[in-house]
Amino acid sequence: MSFFGGSTSTLPMAGQPDMQARKEAVKASIREELAMQNAQELMNKSNEKCFLKCVTKPGSSLSSSEETCLSRCLTRYLEAFDIVSKTYVARLSRERSERVAQAPSS
Amino acid sequence: MDQFDEATKKELATFVDHEQAQARVNASIHKFTDMCWDKCITGVPGNSFSRSESSCLANCVDRFLDTSLFMVKQIENRRQSQ
Repeated sequence: MSFFGGSTSTLPMAGQPDMQARKEAVKASIREELAMQNAQELMNKSNEKCFLKCVTKPGSSLSSSEETCLSRCLTRYLEAFDIVSKTYVARLSRERSERVAQAPSS
Repeated sequence: MDQFDEATKKELATFVDHEQAQARVNASIHKFTDMCWDKCITGVPGNSFSRSESSCLANCVDRFLDTSLFMVKQIENRRQSQ
């Protein structure tokens, strides 16, 4: 974004920095949208799983022991998501490198 | 989209492809977490996972993927022997 020296390649064309900014804005909004979806999915799933585990007999309000359970359960669910994610990503990259080893031409 | 030149359009298309692939991986992770949570976390959640719970979660993912490869082969074999 420097107008004085620096990235000269963006200067010659009028409107170029503007397009650059719009491009980044499009990317950011896509990233934000997906992050939002991800967070929402985690909320829904942990809500459902932890309700099943912790609120076995719904009373007139959440008891403090239910709240303690829910809070622990949420932490555990996020931890489970993390373990699953690491395992799956490791598997994907292992299989990818095996495929590359089998077909060195590509 | 016509506010962008061809190179930028191409770059954005690549970006979207990449993000979509990432979103598919994420959707699988959500599915596996749901499934493996039910299989592995049978008691009330404690202050931390036991060693057996965390190894169950990791094994669950790998065995599910093994199962899916195995099933594909089985179906393939049956189709060939018919």
